[in-house]
Amino acid sequence: MKFDTPATTNPIDQMKVVGKPIPRIDGDLKVTGRAKYAYEWHDASTPYAYGYPVGASIARGRIRSMDIAAAEKAPGVLAVVTTLAVGERKKGKFNTAKLFGGDEVQHYHQAIAVVVAENFEQARAAAALVKVDYAEEKGAFDLKEAMKTAEKPADSQQPDTSVGDFDATFGSAAITLDEAYSTPDQSHAMMEPNASIAAWDGDNVTVWTSSQMIDWWRADLATTLDIDKEKIHLMSPFIGGGFGGKLFLRSDAVLAVLGAQAAKRPVKVALPRPFMINNTTHRPATIQRIRIGAERDGKITAIAHESWSGDQPGGQLEAAVAQTRLLYAGANRMTAMRLATLNLPEGNAMRAPGEAPGLMALEIAMDEMAEKLGLDPIEFRILNDTQVDPEKPERPFSHRNLIGCLKLGAETFGWSSRGKPGARREGNWLIGQGVAVAFRNNMMLPSGARVRLDRQGIATVETDMTDIGTGSYTIIAQTAAEMLGLPMDRVAVQLGDSRFPVSAGSGGQFGANSSTSGVYAACVKLREAVAAKLGFNSDDVVFENGEVRSGNRSVPLTEAVGDEGLVGEDTMTWGDLTQTHQQSTFGAHFVEVGVDVATGESRVRRMLAVCAAGRILNPITARSQVIGAMTMGVGGALSEELAVDTRRGFFVNHDLAGYEVAVHADIPHQDVIFMDETDPMSSPMKAKGVGELGLCGVSAAIANAIYNASGVRVRHYPLTLDKLIGNLPDVA
Amino acid sequence: MRAFTYERASTIETAAASAASHPSTRFIAGGTNLLDLMKLEIEVPTHLIDVNGLGLDTIEKTPDGGLRIGALVRNTDLAADETVRRDYGLLSRALLAGASGQLRNKATTAGNLLQRTRCPYFYDTNQPCNKRQPGSGCSAIEGFSRQLGIVGVSDACIATHPSDMAIALRALDAVVETIKPDGRRHAVPIAEFHRLPGNTPHIETVLEQGEFITGVVLPAPLGGRHIYRKVRDRASYAFALISVGAVIQSDGTGRIAVGGVAHKPWRVEAADVALPQGARPATAVLLADARPTEHNRFKIDLVERTLGAVIAEAKG
Repeated sequence: MKFDTPATTNPIDQMKVVGKPIPRIDGDLKVTGRAKYAYEWHDASTPYAYGYPVGASIARGRIRSMDIAAAEKAPGVLAVVTTLAVGERKKGKFNTAKLFGGDEVQHYHQAIAVVVAENFEQARAAAALVKVDYAEEKGAFDLKEAMKTAEKPADSQQPDTSVGDFDATFGSAAITLDEAYSTPDQSHAMMEPNASIAAWDGDNVTVWTSSQMIDWWRADLATTLDIDKEKIHLMSPFIGGGFGGKLFLRSDAVLAVLGAQAAKRPVKVALPRPFMINNTTHRPATIQRIRIGAERDGKITAIAHESWSGDQPGGQLEAAVAQTRLLYAGANRMTAMRLATLNLPEGNAMRAPGEAPGLMALEIAMDEMAEKLGLDPIEFRILNDTQVDPEKPERPFSHRNLIGCLKLGAETFGWSSRGKPGARREGNWLIGQGVAVAFRNNMMLPSGARVRLDRQGIATVETDMTDIGTGSYTIIAQTAAEMLGLPMDRVAVQLGDSRFPVSAGSGGQFGANSSTSGVYAACVKLREAVAAKLGFNSDDVVFENGEVRSGNRSVPLTEAVGDEGLVGEDTMTWGDLTQTHQQSTFGAHFVEVGVDVATGESRVRRMLAVCAAGRILNPITARSQVIGAMTMGVGGALSEELAVDTRRGFFVNHDLAGYEVAVHADIPHQDVIFMDETDPMSSPMKAKGVGELGLCGVSAAIANAIYNASGVRVRHYPLTLDKLIGNLPDVA
Repeated sequence: MRAFTYERASTIETAAASAASHPSTRFIAGGTNLLDLMKLEIEVPTHLIDVNGLGLDTIEKTPDGGLRIGALVRNTDLAADETVRRDYGLLSRALLAGASGQLRNKATTAGNLLQRTRCPYFYDTNQPCNKRQPGSGCSAIEGFSRQLGIVGVSDACIATHPSDMAIALRALDAVVETIKPDGRRHAVPIAEFHRLPGNTPHIETVLEQGEFITGVVLPAPLGGRHIYRKVRDRASYAFALISVGAVIQSDGTGRIAVGGVAHKPWRVEAADVALPQGARPATAVLLADARPTEHNRFKIDLVERTLGAVIAEAKG
């Protein structure tokens, strides 16, 4: 099915199941430990062996030789596979740095060997015995230095945009802002590490892994190891968080497959926690410059956003200016992005790539600009709202209710009680409030599904869609239940298996809308098959309460499908509605913080997010997405930073003691409100994504609240106390 | 982790003797730090002596009005002890500021004192570290040093001791009781128990090989206000950027020990004398010889400001 005209009324609009607050259907499995994650597949009759990776101890250079004699002789060792023995391999389409193979070291902790042994402890002990002789080379590790020689990347990455005459308008604007901001490298830090089991059967290999994108992984694994894609069976039914860290094939899968081949046994490989930080990908640091010019009445006339980020050679920009092209009005505008070469681990997508770090800067700038103008920051944003793409005014937003989010949020949060900077104090706490806008584009990817209806009246949905903790199982079941007129307990969902139709997968907040649309398409096919079998006119057929009805005829579904059952399979593809209309999601984040007047410690006191993201398929799972994202934004604002050792070229704080994500004590009260809306331009579901929207702007709202509390403006994340205490009131 | 032999100690004396006879032995109690270090091969003992069966898990009054805390009293139990909470509130508060409930359930009094540093370079065996590998150099001094020491540091090491409990013990003038491998009993004031790094940062305490901590003795209660203020980037489950442990009397006199700044709990008795004059003069004495890095210079200001807040809290 191709979605190329706006959705009209369809069975989803009944909202008997879709849109209901249904607890996640895989919840029982998860809280009782019966949901099997990648490393946990365990068949008592299978003699699993255990692989432990060896990572490069330098950041850049070549491996002259490796001495594995001691490792091979260590107790329990079955095989040692080295990058030299494996030799140069092709790289997967989605990988920038190579995962394994050859003598080149491109970054610290790049995988250079896997040691396979009878048990995990033996493999780990033997891995420590591998000796490596390197020819180390100098590298570039400091973005501040490397940005001086940063280059303009290919046009496909849209490095430069320009409309009107920014320079002239900015130069003559009544009120201007010109400030620099920076965001640090951040780690996905998901709870479940990257982990895989590989088992060969002849020349077929089965891989249980933790992947957000089954088909991307399968194709890239085939490329990397020069295996026929059809001979790879990939499964990833449960995933303990990804945040983009499992979008692209990772070394655990490659090492497990090679280890299993060498040891002639099924092999389990999990990346140790430090590898999560230096072996895999991260959100790259940015240095940003924002200039805004406005008339005295607050109308923006000129806006410019520039960003510098770094990556491995051949890598990509962190598109931090993306939202600035669309978020606020202004006739004269420009954006520019430049890419520096860095030899740090690969930078790549992490939750809301582009918008998350971009809004961390832009939404501080908007707060600063409002103050310069003497306007309330909400009023300033409302004044500069746009209902059309500011670069192409003939292109409207499909649906945009940012103003509604801001107004409802202000009222709910008690925004009017906000005082002047540094004005409110309770004991040792300086109290402040901040607001920031959330904005994230709505993307769709093709998504397929197969729905089987059996003679017991059970519908089983099969798709390679993944559930990374988001609730995919549940919303897919809701979709099928709605389409087929079945209760939830008559719908089974099977996900994350390469034998199933290729779906959108999970990422870019495209998963929920795309995958349920694929299920919708498959259900339409199935409905047609049922109608055809009964000789009903499929246009007026109604599926309700386990029955199929047409006119005054009504047949139980079980009878309709017969002993053989019926199957519907289809893939949703997308027309040009995203070209003719700008599709985005919107929100407003409100935060109250306390800043300790003596120590400068900032603690969040309460948070509110108001989101406008089309139809909310399930308010429970959607809320979980948003509060999780808000939590991530707290870490991003206050503590998360991969500390770069610019001499040795690696992230130093490579464990969860050193890389501080927010903990329970950091997260007090969170509220989420979803605007009651639909977006018929987005899909037959009329839904959009929320998982990344929830993160966008949170950190800036916190930064703005800290300014309101303390009067200290910090433009460089994270907003740790050392950046505040020099400017806090004297306490001695 | 390398292979090791393991025994369960039956008496304190045999544990100490056995430890002295094996060249690379560690005692294990809670194991909350040791096991991690063994997995990373930072600690590579060939023999482990499990001391969990030795008792030493009681808290008893001493004849002179103090308190003897057994080496194997768990952090959770010590923090919750009624006498500790009443008479040594500083100790209870410091304990509860550290780690997590699960870790405190396992961690012991002696083990807490013997924690290794949390310097990230110490934990990465690819990097030079004089503490882990004497003579290899210090990666931290010119590297990422935000968490690390500012005072009592050396050119060989700027690591800090991570314990919260030890800060309280230092302020309370605790005494560490041990048994030497030859069976002699020994007592070390907490002030002398931990060493500064100097040229031998790998030697962290005055304990001899095989010497076994049996307990910690607190002198009679001091009265006054007991305050432990731990400053950190997130609200829980993080090591201190700095911490201030204080016992302050109603006349403004008192004692302070500071964590997160040195290789040992940092207390300068002359700074205690300056305490009634306020945070600034006291900090000036306390950190007189500070040698911060560019990354951790803020700790000087932070100690002074935090101490100011502690003094104000004691008055209020």
